[in-house]
Amino acid sequence: MSTAAAPKSVAVELKEAAAPYVEAFESLPANGNGEEPAWLQARRGAAMARFAEAGFPASQQEEWRSTDLKAIARTKFEYPSSSRSVPASIEGWVLGTSRRWIAVFVDGHFQPDLSDLEGLPAGVRVGSLSDGLREDPGAVEPHLGKHAVDTYNPLAALNTGFLHDGGLLMVPRETVLEREVEFLYLTSQVSGDVAPVTHPRNLYVVDASAQATVRESYVGPDDSVYWTNSVTETVIGENASLHVYRMQREGSAAYHTAATHSVQERNSNYSFITFTFGAAMSRHDIRAVLNGEGADATLDGLSMLRSRQHTDYHTILEHASPKCTSWEYFNGVFDDRSRGVFTGRIIVQPGAQKTDSKQTNNNLLLSPDARADSQPQLEIYADDVRCTHGATLGPIDDEHLFYLQSRGLNAEAARDLMTYGFGSEILQAVKSEELRAALDGLVHDWLHQRAAAHT
Amino acid sequence: MLEVKNLHAGIEGKPILKGIDLSVKPGEVHAIMGPNGSGKSTFAQVLAGHPTYEVTDGSVVFDGEDLLDMDADERALAGLFLAFQYPVAIRGVTNAYFLQSAVNAQRKARGEEELDTLEFAEQLEAKLEYLGWDDRLIHRAVNDGFSGGEKKRNEIIQFATLEPKLALLDETDSGLDIDAVKAVAEAVNKFRSPERSFVIVTHYERILNYITPDHVHVLAGGKVVMSGDMKLALELEAKGYDWITNGAAVG
Repeated sequence: MSTAAAPKSVAVELKEAAAPYVEAFESLPANGNGEEPAWLQARRGAAMARFAEAGFPASQQEEWRSTDLKAIARTKFEYPSSSRSVPASIEGWVLGTSRRWIAVFVDGHFQPDLSDLEGLPAGVRVGSLSDGLREDPGAVEPHLGKHAVDTYNPLAALNTGFLHDGGLLMVPRETVLEREVEFLYLTSQVSGDVAPVTHPRNLYVVDASAQATVRESYVGPDDSVYWTNSVTETVIGENASLHVYRMQREGSAAYHTAATHSVQERNSNYSFITFTFGAAMSRHDIRAVLNGEGADATLDGLSMLRSRQHTDYHTILEHASPKCTSWEYFNGVFDDRSRGVFTGRIIVQPGAQKTDSKQTNNNLLLSPDARADSQPQLEIYADDVRCTHGATLGPIDDEHLFYLQSRGLNAEAARDLMTYGFGSEILQAVKSEELRAALDGLVHDWLHQRAAAHT
Repeated sequence: MLEVKNLHAGIEGKPILKGIDLSVKPGEVHAIMGPNGSGKSTFAQVLAGHPTYEVTDGSVVFDGEDLLDMDADERALAGLFLAFQYPVAIRGVTNAYFLQSAVNAQRKARGEEELDTLEFAEQLEAKLEYLGWDDRLIHRAVNDGFSGGEKKRNEIIQFATLEPKLALLDETDSGLDIDAVKAVAEAVNKFRSPERSFVIVTHYERILNYITPDHVHVLAGGKVVMSGDMKLALELEAKGYDWITNGAAVG
């Protein structure tokens, strides 16, 4: 066997791995049963055709060169037709105790009994996308599948093909939600030899001058192979404001792939803070489009990985209108043989003058075998803009260690404190005090587990 | 308190300290003066245990123990404190959290119970009140985005919180305006006691007008070339360092 032919055969294998999904798609009960609007069937079919054409992306493709999908492509995944085992309570899976509207999905299926959607203000829709499609398809139709760009992301197309349920948030104009909203995705304990895959699909539409805060949580059992392939589409109207906290705490053997795409109108405000603690392998594509003058977007992220965990963030901030601001701040902490990838593209379209954009990516390597890659990509087609970017990469600096040790902390405590600071820096952007405290607890837990694993 | 004998140290094989002798008794304030490159900051860093410097000869006994045998954190727990010339920023960690960690490391080493956040906050508040300083630096990340003056002030807050037996102030006065120098000096004076000693490393005599030293030493070429009292500092202020360093080069 010649070595030159080997990469090509993997590419072919990845392309052909689409076949079982296409087959499963064709036998989906939703296909042609007439319950679903024709436009949705058309969008599903078109997306599935794009996935069939592209297959699983191979590492020869620039956008995918850091993340190898072979392991996913070679595993037999099935989409569970119903929740396989529904827990009696979601305690232990949710962070914090504050009263909030929460919609729970187990193995991709909405669980009304575990959810709390009581007392929603009139005109506000929070809950299951599947219910929304049935009850008010006209409200969903202008948005669903319209904002997620799957050109470089066949997995987003696959999600659309298998689109079944997920979080739906629709806030009418000038409405301010006084409670937070949470969408929780739980994969239940895996048994047998077929691994489950779910395709959570979220749609958030926040109309003009409305305000909302959403938590997205992805959780599942450790040591079980499963795959979560989520897509979130977000539309933020003029003067509206949306905060999203996304907590990826999947099980240790899970795969997690995601696309989060947002479009903002004039003077709107969007903040998206994403936390990656879980999954053996995760890949997240974020695309935020600033599509109205004066819009402001913040993308923050914290990844804390160990053992052989892998995470890959591809972010795109697209300035399509003048006078928009964007702030991106991603910190990564990598121990053992884990790896983090950050690609941050900033696109400034012609005419998007007075753009102000700042990107920062800091990576802390706690082990000589840990690895991080950081790549800024600036595409600027306007002349009166300010775009800055900076990245750091490496172990804890000796001068910092000496400073902390000179105050009486031993080397391990000094390293822990620096690491904690890496996490804590991102937590400071979390407005909800209760969630911040819960996440602070996760950072401390991570440090304790690290200490336990190294003694 | 501190007995330094024939201390030789350098970096990557290049000697910087070439035989320093210094004896500091409890309650004394010593000033180490000298021109740029004389080795005075290196001396402070070597005493605090900076791992980059290699001690090649000599001995340092601190409070009856072999200081050179200890790691930087052990030196701190033994009661040594270095106020840094260039304090580094610890992003994401508030001063309050950092100080609590440091105080608890100290308490743990002494076999005392650690303080919880509330207990520590009360203690810190009392300390700031004693210093006459407000708490505006306390909830910010350590030295992150601090001005030069704020960083130096922050070193003094750490000193006051940790209450060391011996404080080394490494050019704490540099880059400060006269009011800030006075504020730092006043804070130091509040913590002078018959048990606590200070070694003040400085280029200029200015800060010594507010913290009167018992002894003044001049460092040049990695050695103490002259010792005296405050009069020596005033003489250096009037005449500069050249007359001494020229002599040192000859000697």
